[in-house]
Amino acid sequence: MFKWRSDDFSWVDFIIDVLRVLIVLGVVIGAWNTLSSGRISFAQWVNLFAAGLSQGSIYALIALGYTLVYGILLMINFAHGEVFMAGAFSTVFLAEALNRTGFLNDQPLLAILLMIAFAGLVSMSVAILLERLAYRPLRGSPRLVPLITAIGASFFLQYTFRGLYGSGFKAYPGVKALQGVIKIGAINIPVVQVFVFCAALLLMLCLYWLVERTRVGKAMRAVSENKEVARLMGIDIDWVIMFTFGVGGFLAGSAGVINGLFRPQGVNFYMGFIPGIKAFTAAVLGGIGNIPGAMLGGLFLGVIEAIGPNLVLAGLGIPGANQLKDVIAFTMLVLVLIFRPQGILGERLSETKA
Amino acid sequence: MSRRLVLTLILCCLFVGLALPAQAQEDCNDEFGCVVLGPDDPVSLGAMLVVSGAVSYLGEDSLGGIELAILNRDGELLEREIELIVEDSLCTAEGGQTAAQRLSANETIVGVIGTNCSSAAQGAMPIISSAGMVMIAPSNTSPSLTNEDIDAGGSHLPGYFRTSHNGLMEGMRNAEFATRSLDAGTIATIHDGDPYTEGLARVVADTFADLGGSVVFEGAVNKGDTDMASILTEIAVHSPDVIYLPLFEPEANFFIAQMSHIAGLENTAVIGGGASFVAGFPENTGESAIGVYISGPLVSGGAYDELLATWDEEIGGTPPGGYHAHAYDATNILLNAVAAVAEERDDGSLVIGRKAIRDAVEATEDYPGLTGDLTCQELSPFAGDCATGAALAMFVVTEAEVYEDNWPPPVAWNFAAETGG
Repeated sequence: MFKWRSDDFSWVDFIIDVLRVLIVLGVVIGAWNTLSSGRISFAQWVNLFAAGLSQGSIYALIALGYTLVYGILLMINFAHGEVFMAGAFSTVFLAEALNRTGFLNDQPLLAILLMIAFAGLVSMSVAILLERLAYRPLRGSPRLVPLITAIGASFFLQYTFRGLYGSGFKAYPGVKALQGVIKIGAINIPVVQVFVFCAALLLMLCLYWLVERTRVGKAMRAVSENKEVARLMGIDIDWVIMFTFGVGGFLAGSAGVINGLFRPQGVNFYMGFIPGIKAFTAAVLGGIGNIPGAMLGGLFLGVIEAIGPNLVLAGLGIPGANQLKDVIAFTMLVLVLIFRPQGILGERLSETKA
Repeated sequence: MSRRLVLTLILCCLFVGLALPAQAQEDCNDEFGCVVLGPDDPVSLGAMLVVSGAVSYLGEDSLGGIELAILNRDGELLEREIELIVEDSLCTAEGGQTAAQRLSANETIVGVIGTNCSSAAQGAMPIISSAGMVMIAPSNTSPSLTNEDIDAGGSHLPGYFRTSHNGLMEGMRNAEFATRSLDAGTIATIHDGDPYTEGLARVVADTFADLGGSVVFEGAVNKGDTDMASILTEIAVHSPDVIYLPLFEPEANFFIAQMSHIAGLENTAVIGGGASFVAGFPENTGESAIGVYISGPLVSGGAYDELLATWDEEIGGTPPGGYHAHAYDATNILLNAVAAVAEERDDGSLVIGRKAIRDAVEATEDYPGLTGDLTCQELSPFAGDCATGAALAMFVVTEAEVYEDNWPPPVAWNFAAETGG
């Protein structure tokens, strides 16, 4: 880990190592100060952890879209946050209609499944169109070209949906079955947080099964490994890539609805931007291109964001600790990348993949 | 064609191009120069509004107010068509700077309405001011924008005016409401780093402390945050009587909705700032919004009802924000100033002095606007403030706003009536 022996001493390595030690010391001292002050009770820590886990589940679902596309095309689809927005924003109108008719609260499970299916289809369609119209014609171009196209596509989608649905904010209606709390002693965990975690976990397991246990999953893995050999084996590369975009889109749309049930407010054309960046961070954190890594990265990021400011920054006496929530998240990313550049579960990428 | 001939033609064109404006400017005696319009030229009005981004509803709200003010004059001023040129100032200093640069480069623009956000105004003001132009903001409230004292954080420059109330007025009155009406002894204030929210939070905290209360927590969230559990947990440790929350949508919605999940905040009242004074706010926040106080402009009367009816007819629906009437008043003040100082020449051209426009706006006194009688002040810390704060009230959200689309909410405290102002 430390590389400053006298024969190959480098100031850069030395500074990085000092930085590592300082960050670890800061985290330890901050956490120690906070925990020893007893300012926040055990029940409050558990609540924060549960909220972070739920938020992280949503990051993980979106992160899977980034990682699937990266795994197969080695490109970062920066418009993926907008694919998430497309499903979430479109479905808010369906949710309102279901609420008006009373179906949402009479048959909550069916209604939620219907909303997830609708959002998934909308996002899947957007993702497939994106791949077909924006990315496929550029396949084989230098890697910067699709990257810039993705950023352009992101703006295009934002303002298309703003034109369709307006610039005002919308909110998902509350589902009575998801209100209330689960009491375990002094700990109160909102039912919706448990639902969000379970639903996201189920979707992630479905994806894992699809990729690991089905023929199409095998084709996806083959294309990811080597496109030319996969083509020689009779795999329709274009179809597999389009399918991968579709699956990532479906997961993003589902995440949009689950996010709407968890955090009903703030639905508008711009809602995909921040979750998109966070999910990308989660994918890198877990090891981009690695499906379990994206899941773990998302959960890890959500939890760190939730407990980090109060645990570390407040303990170090830093004012406005909660405004520095993103600093904690991105410092963790830097820390993970310093200690393990390939991400938590990622494999070390070869020169051609990196 | 020989090279010499081409060169001569280019020089002739250059000479004519330079000579024409110079001829027109000959008649201009204004210190800052003049806008010179040919007989058929329209009167161009600039607008720096939030056209894109998360708070673009603010821009739509103001744009509607400006358009209706123009429509109310049948789209004409001094028998010329009024042309509106809109630039996106975003809600950032950089956005304001870019928008101001583009508009100030256009020599035909007589004045500018905008910006929406205080941060954008900070970027735009130096450019507009140095160009000798005027800008009248419909929804800036940061106290620093009308304060000339740089040491006190002031950034005011000549040419800046606003029809929205000063945050000092709003903040002081909100703190008075918390202590006198809610009988609060402790307060927590939250901002999001924007000069508007930070300024308001600062004024409320200072005034609350001056009134004998205790400020137990001063914190901040980020724009774009959706998870408020962390900061709410920290606030719950201090159990304040009141949380002062001048945040925009959607952060304010997330904050209030997630309060119900946090033990220790059950009896804590919430006071929102003018940024939450948006028709969709209660419905988007949901049940948790019931009982939340929102400080906002109290605009009423027959003329305002007429404006709403015209809005519905011409634009459709209801205004998306609470500052359209301020934009309407700002547009009228600017157009009245232009009409007052414009001089028509024998050849049909119109000469409008830039300093004359600025002086005319500054001389506005008791203008009967939709938002009250407006008088533009000269002295810091209210330099450029045209609103008196009389049209400010504290509203309380009820079930009718959350479930039945009622807007605005009932008034809980009318500042003008309570303070005699």
